[in-house]
Amino acid sequence: MEVLDRVLDQYNSKVYKNRKEHMVKVNQHGSNEIAANVRTIPGIITQRGCCYAGCKGVVLGPIKDAFIITHGPIGCAFYSWGTRRHKAKNEEGVANYLQYCFSTDLQEPDIVFGGEKKLKKSIEEAMELFKPSTIMICSTCPVGLIGDDIHAVAKWAEKEYGIKCIAFSCEGYKGVSQSAGHHIANNQLVRYVIGEGDRQISNKFAINLLGEYNIGGDGWETERLLKRIGYEIVSTFTGNSSMEDISNAHKANLSLVQCHRSINYIAELIETKYGIPWMKVNFIGIEGTIETLRNVARYFNDPELTARTEAVIADELDAVREDLAYYRSKLKGKTAAIYVGGSRAHHYQFLLEDLGVHTILAGYEFGHREEYEGREVLPFIKPDADSKNIESITVEPDPAKYHLYLSEEDLNKLREEKLIDYYGGMVKDMKDGSYMVDDLNHFETEEFLKLLKPDIFFSGIKDKYVAQKGGVLSRQLHSYDYSGPYSCFRGAVNFARDITMGIYTPAWSYAMAPWKTVPSLEGELGGEAVC
Amino acid sequence: MRQVAIYGKGGIGKSTTTQNLTAGLGEMGKQIMIVGCDPKADSTRLILGGLAQETVLDTLREEGEDIDLELILKQGYAKIRCVESGGPEPGVGCAGRGIITSINLLEQLGAYTDDLDYVFYDVLGDVVCGGFAMPIREGKAQEIYIVASGEMMALYAANNISKGIQKYANSGGVRLGGIICNSRKVDGEAELVSAFAKELGSQMIHFVPRDNVVQRAEINKKTVIDYDPTANQADEYRALARKIDGNDMFVIPKPMKQERLEELLTEHGILDL
Repeated sequence: MEVLDRVLDQYNSKVYKNRKEHMVKVNQHGSNEIAANVRTIPGIITQRGCCYAGCKGVVLGPIKDAFIITHGPIGCAFYSWGTRRHKAKNEEGVANYLQYCFSTDLQEPDIVFGGEKKLKKSIEEAMELFKPSTIMICSTCPVGLIGDDIHAVAKWAEKEYGIKCIAFSCEGYKGVSQSAGHHIANNQLVRYVIGEGDRQISNKFAINLLGEYNIGGDGWETERLLKRIGYEIVSTFTGNSSMEDISNAHKANLSLVQCHRSINYIAELIETKYGIPWMKVNFIGIEGTIETLRNVARYFNDPELTARTEAVIADELDAVREDLAYYRSKLKGKTAAIYVGGSRAHHYQFLLEDLGVHTILAGYEFGHREEYEGREVLPFIKPDADSKNIESITVEPDPAKYHLYLSEEDLNKLREEKLIDYYGGMVKDMKDGSYMVDDLNHFETEEFLKLLKPDIFFSGIKDKYVAQKGGVLSRQLHSYDYSGPYSCFRGAVNFARDITMGIYTPAWSYAMAPWKTVPSLEGELGGEAVC
Repeated sequence: MRQVAIYGKGGIGKSTTTQNLTAGLGEMGKQIMIVGCDPKADSTRLILGGLAQETVLDTLREEGEDIDLELILKQGYAKIRCVESGGPEPGVGCAGRGIITSINLLEQLGAYTDDLDYVFYDVLGDVVCGGFAMPIREGKAQEIYIVASGEMMALYAANNISKGIQKYANSGGVRLGGIICNSRKVDGEAELVSAFAKELGSQMIHFVPRDNVVQRAEINKKTVIDYDPTANQADEYRALARKIDGNDMFVIPKPMKQERLEELLTEHGILDL
């Protein structure tokens, strides 16, 4: 029986029908249509996160000088504290709150009588103790139910203290996954932050690095490489960034989009409002990085920059060639399954391919159809009640700040070539016969691991131990398991080293679960069966 | 101990009826506690002679978890014990959650003593969310009386409340004891409300006529029985008290479909155009 059928066959008809649409055996001559960004069936152990996780945890969390108050009972704040490994360096004159966790810690009387007073009190305390220049308020589920007007409190704080205060109604129950939270965070950053800065930028090779959260230092490595070539990074969204960086994003001449899912709204809104096109890039993997660097150079179309790009590529490559050849010799022929993110499951396939590791299954937690099939499917995605429920904002060109680096004609040429304003999705880079599974759940994870037997399973904290303790190497691609950076040339070596270490230290496969050798139940047959 | 919840459309006279009725029961020598489940905290002022009662939730907020029952439970006319749940000001917080919290707290504090004959819950408006259904969930109140009049919206609300009772009848064991008609002097009111109650499978337990003495008593912060024991209206409330005390008709209501309710109103001339 086909692998997908063997997994699906164990479901009842209703679940079967639903889950079937989320699984595709890749066929480059077929349609590869997949269901994504829809509700998980209640009762299924999904690995997805919530709207608050997407807003506070992913997009806003890495901004170092934003004083983020989680408005709600303490649990949401505590469990979103420092778990994502988005690093930030201290900067002269810029506050850094990343090591802190702030919450209004709502208690039962606050739920009954409303939490606004406590929120104001928290802001007063924050001003007294830390004097932040920016406060962000992120609300969690109960706040939405009792209807605290956090936006009014934000306005009050701006007036009272002359600071920037932005409220995010990112209650966890909104939307079908953390994706809704990305959108809410994107909207507010466009509304209240981007465009306000007035930094002087003299370098015409000025870029924004969007969807780079500096997990394990990825952003630092990418920035080092880009700066070496001669680019100026105006802002990074949002790894290691400050509010000042973000407020100047409108000054760049090109936005690079690493994680498409979490930041594509900002990329598009910046283009409409300020004229800056965006380019989907990938700094994960040697070949991916090289292609990206060449594409960016093509956009800027400057002979000196192009030459410098090639020189840097050659130099960086030289430095890692020997290491990579060694690791490749150790890893060649291995297979991997990846279940992570809304873009990472795509990016890491390039790096694995560089190392001779073939990806046999890939899936996203919260990706939409365009991350699987490419943006060409956008006109065919029918918005459902869940997606309509999340506000979608529109912007007009800003006459004072709108600027074009290339002519409209040149831009259109690049658009036709799909070099800018386009993302092709993951499926085009997957081999025939490999599998795409959306919103992979616990049960399916176990089944696919049994049936496909990958050597490595890349996922997150919720599901990695199921694989790992079963003897299959598992690495987290959300947090990098305390390692990193994995981006660009040097990062690739770190990644290859970590994987090789894991593959050749298969400790868990030597451990036998006690119930496999000792019976957990004891009994004896009593009498003859009557049947 | 009989636990009774009084529901009905906002402004129909639940608090007035509950207090006058409990005064009648108190006069009969019954031990009673009234739990006001309305954030406005005005369910016990006639029994307490206008005393502004410290609410459970305010006390909880100010004193923390360490609360003395005496702080929130006051005795009024005929030794009726009065508690106000209280709650947030309009438009903030969650009043329903407040009712859940305060009833749980009352239980923990030992307010439900064995000598009580009756506990009355006077519940705000319609059954709007889980919190307001609290008294009829989890076996708190076993019997419900709905205050209604012959006005259309009052009957709509009564029908809706019956849906709530039906929902919890199986799990919580709650039953409808009857409809109390608090007259608004609508034509054919008694017949209409009787017919409505019958359609639900219940009864109109008493027709309380409209009488200005109720207003006068309220202005004086008293129940009618307390203010003017000889008034006709005092006897009406005594009659209601006796009927409830002797009531043995407890049913799971059969709420009507919208069409049937409108039909009924037409039959009794209300919807005549």
